[in-house]
Amino acid sequence: MSTNVSIDAKDHDRSPHPSPLPLGEGEQGFRSFHNSVIVCHECDQLQRKIALPPGGAATCCRCSALLYRNRRATPASSLALLLAAAIMFVLANAFPIFSLEMHGIRNATTLFGAVQALWHKDMPLISALVLFTTILAPAVELSTFIGVLSLLHFRRGCQALPWLLRLILVLEPWSMIEVFMLGVLVSLVKLWHMMNIVPGIALWAYAALMVLLAAATATLDARELWDRIPLRA
Amino acid sequence: MSRPHAIPSAAAIGLHTCHACGLVLRVPPQLRQARCPRCHAGVHLRKPDSITRTWALLIAAAILFIPANLLTIMETHSLNSTQRDTILSGVVSLWNGGSWPLAMLVFFASIVVPMVKLISLTFLLLSVQRGSTWRPLERARLYRLLEFIGRWSMLDIYVITLLSALVQLQSFASVSAGPGSIAFGAVVVLTMLAAMTFDPRLIWDALDQGHG
Ligand SMILES: [Zn+2]
Ligand SMILES: [Zn+2]
Repeated sequence: MSTNVSIDAKDHDRSPHPSPLPLGEGEQGFRSFHNSVIVCHECDQLQRKIALPPGGAATCCRCSALLYRNRRATPASSLALLLAAAIMFVLANAFPIFSLEMHGIRNATTLFGAVQALWHKDMPLISALVLFTTILAPAVELSTFIGVLSLLHFRRGCQALPWLLRLILVLEPWSMIEVFMLGVLVSLVKLWHMMNIVPGIALWAYAALMVLLAAATATLDARELWDRIPLRA
Repeated sequence: MSRPHAIPSAAAIGLHTCHACGLVLRVPPQLRQARCPRCHAGVHLRKPDSITRTWALLIAAAILFIPANLLTIMETHSLNSTQRDTILSGVVSLWNGGSWPLAMLVFFASIVVPMVKLISLTFLLLSVQRGSTWRPLERARLYRLLEFIGRWSMLDIYVITLLSALVQLQSFASVSAGPGSIAFGAVVVLTMLAAMTFDPRLIWDALDQGHG
């Protein structure tokens, strides 16, 4: 479900933004302004916020970008899903993805083992790229996300909260577990007809990880947490 | 039916939006380097030097796209032969081997997606530089599509990584990555960075200026 948000043309003349950083008088003025008005992050359109039914989403009246949602799920359920995903991530990295057999020789590799192999075969750049996009970025993103959600859940203030949230958003496009999963499937199909392939524990862990991450993304976007971070002027 | 756009953009009435956290701010004109009071990110009206930086990244990606396609991306050594595959020849041999869904998938992720990204970003940059007001909604959707599909080009890099680690069966068969893979990886990273530095707000600025 999506609803357009709009604002009257004359509205901006009396909208409450008298003071410089931040808008409105103190924390309360800031809250009331931000509960009523939103600027589209893709086209800079100023528009009035409207209330959404549970599960609803608001899109920009000009460029149709997704602006905000009214989530049914609570952040606690996202936290649970992310914790489960973290366990799967550890399993996926600790065990071989699959092993293959040919002429009595058996070969198995973990993801990190594959990264190391590339490094030793004079492909340090590709090795670093794979390491960053499939291990480092997802690991840091996942653990930071869990940390931020726990801090908010237990209502602990933390100076580093804005930095942690920005770290998540910077890493988000570079963590490519789902693309890697497709790469695993393509490799499986390529090798299928010439060798004997035995799926490893990590393959199942990756499948579970994909489902858990998709579920977590469906319940919460890190950007929505900004509203819960206090303002320091 | 169409009517002029009477609704202002935030920039048109002097409001800044933090690009990191979305906070709406009023920045005094004398303030040079404003910081967002919520997330401490630098506050800009538009992404700084968006067009210049995107052009630089895009041109670098376009140049590297040539060796990425011409050089060997994967070498397969078997008992009595060595097969050198470029991206395209890899797709062709998949097709000839009968796994045509896979061939289509790899063709799409490794050739179609990077080309679409290079062409579309060039088109978006040119249209923004000319101050075009032509079909802004379609151009905004094109940009959103680019951001979404860019990462899937990494597919081939992962396949090569896995194959070269697993297929090490002494003299029977072994696979290793070729120099083309470095160029290809660079193309994927550079086009992703180019899409990130492009500011989609610029598409709409031409319309605001036309009526303001
Ligand atoms: Zn918009
Ligand atoms: Zn901010």
